[in-house]
Amino acid sequence: MQATTTTIPLTCSLFPLQGSHGAVGPSKCNHPQWRNLQRKCSQKAFQIKAQFELKPPPYPLNALEPHMSKETLEYHWGKHHKTYVDNLNKQIIGTELDGLPLEDVVRITYNKGDPLPAFNNAAQIWNHDFFWGSMKPGGGGKPSGELLEMIERDFGSYENFITDFKVAASTQFGSGWAWLAYKANRLDVGNAVNPCPSEEDKKLVVVKSPNAVNPLVWDYTPILTIDVWEHSYYIDYRNRRPDYISVFVENLVSWEAVSSRLEMAKVRAVEREKEEERKRREEDEDIIDDAEPAQVYLDSETEESEVE
Amino acid sequence: MALISKIALPDLDYDYGALEPAISGEIMQIHHQKHHQAYITNYNKALEQLTEATAKGDTSTVVKLQSAIKFNGGGHVNHSIFWKNLAPVSEGGGELPEGSLASAIDTHFGSLEKFVQKVNAEGAALQGSGWVWLGLDTELKKLVVETTGNQDLLVTKGTNLVPLLGIDVWEHAYYLQYKNMRPEYLKNIWKVINWKYACEIYEKALL
Repeated sequence: MQATTTTIPLTCSLFPLQGSHGAVGPSKCNHPQWRNLQRKCSQKAFQIKAQFELKPPPYPLNALEPHMSKETLEYHWGKHHKTYVDNLNKQIIGTELDGLPLEDVVRITYNKGDPLPAFNNAAQIWNHDFFWGSMKPGGGGKPSGELLEMIERDFGSYENFITDFKVAASTQFGSGWAWLAYKANRLDVGNAVNPCPSEEDKKLVVVKSPNAVNPLVWDYTPILTIDVWEHSYYIDYRNRRPDYISVFVENLVSWEAVSSRLEMAKVRAVEREKEEERKRREEDEDIIDDAEPAQVYLDSETEESEVE
Repeated sequence: MALISKIALPDLDYDYGALEPAISGEIMQIHHQKHHQAYITNYNKALEQLTEATAKGDTSTVVKLQSAIKFNGGGHVNHSIFWKNLAPVSEGGGELPEGSLASAIDTHFGSLEKFVQKVNAEGAALQGSGWVWLGLDTELKKLVVETTGNQDLLVTKGTNLVPLLGIDVWEHAYYLQYKNMRPEYLKNIWKVINWKYACEIYEKALL
């Protein structure tokens, strides 16, 4: 089904100030209308852009056996993941989304909770890439170092975290995902209703999301995920989702990957803070430079208080 | 304290293997004994907690239980309809609709083929888990094709909608046999659709 709305603003404010994942220059986000996204380029020569690729998991398809079978990965990666890639490429070719980094396509098409047609495919590609990277042969066990310290700080103990994660994964009604994410955002994330608005910043949180939704749309930085769509466990575990979740935690999680993602998330958060600080300073300087209007404002405020 | 009326797993009118080759016996058995049973178990559990919370005047728990009741209660209602919508070929499964429903389908969708195409297309396009329905709008006397996510009832798409036919497009309904090929499952399920049941509901709903 194609969206026919023509008045969806896609302003630059949709792009969070995240530096390291392919920041988009202003030239690419100045065209605010979805009809522009849908419009085919008139010149065919310029239509061919980099297409999204089906990236293989970072291990052979039989490497997670017996916990996740080769057959499961052949379908899950070779069919489901591939279909999302094929469909997204078909959907965005020749539109304004063509050529953007995947994360930006996800954020833009989430469209403040009223997803555009390409959202499901874009987000599912991102989710699956991230899911393959969340596992490794001989994974599981317990994290260590700073990751473990932060888990203990934010959940009370590693065991508490595991309980929270398992509950999130097993209680996601229908298809979806459970996540461990680093949260360093503001209360209002611009793109969606923040699911944990009262939480302290710079902490780890467990969240779940339906269908294709992922924490990028809340401006969180995911560091671990488990796919709880039935297709991810049905061949190996049938209806027994809780068994699959336990095996994932005990035998498949790549804590190395989660640790390095946490590092990157923290670096990004620091970069963002510096950027915001720089902007604040610039604004302050503008106000000082512009002293006269400030005076007028103060005067008018005084008058108002006198009226009262 | 009011008695809690717990729900129990309804029997099927046919054997698990009776819908083969359209739907395998293994799928039917797990779908009925495990999935449907889990909705019932969790619904009964939530209902028990609800009764307790209601008696205590614990409003926040009452509110918190709503999502589990909606999901699990919905799972029970939808599956109970689904089992009735299916029948082995030897018992009329796949026989085309007749009478007033058949002509209403022609009127509203052009033909049975076009109706089937519409259901298959909408069912295939549904993201994630859910259902595709043939419903009757009793107010407008009109047939509609609708989809609902997860275990939402058809009535969430309109208060006057009565489900005549519901097809489960959760992956658990077809994955062991059809894997990622949901369109194939949708194509084959018509071979075991119990139109007689849909016709009966239609005629009753119009009275």
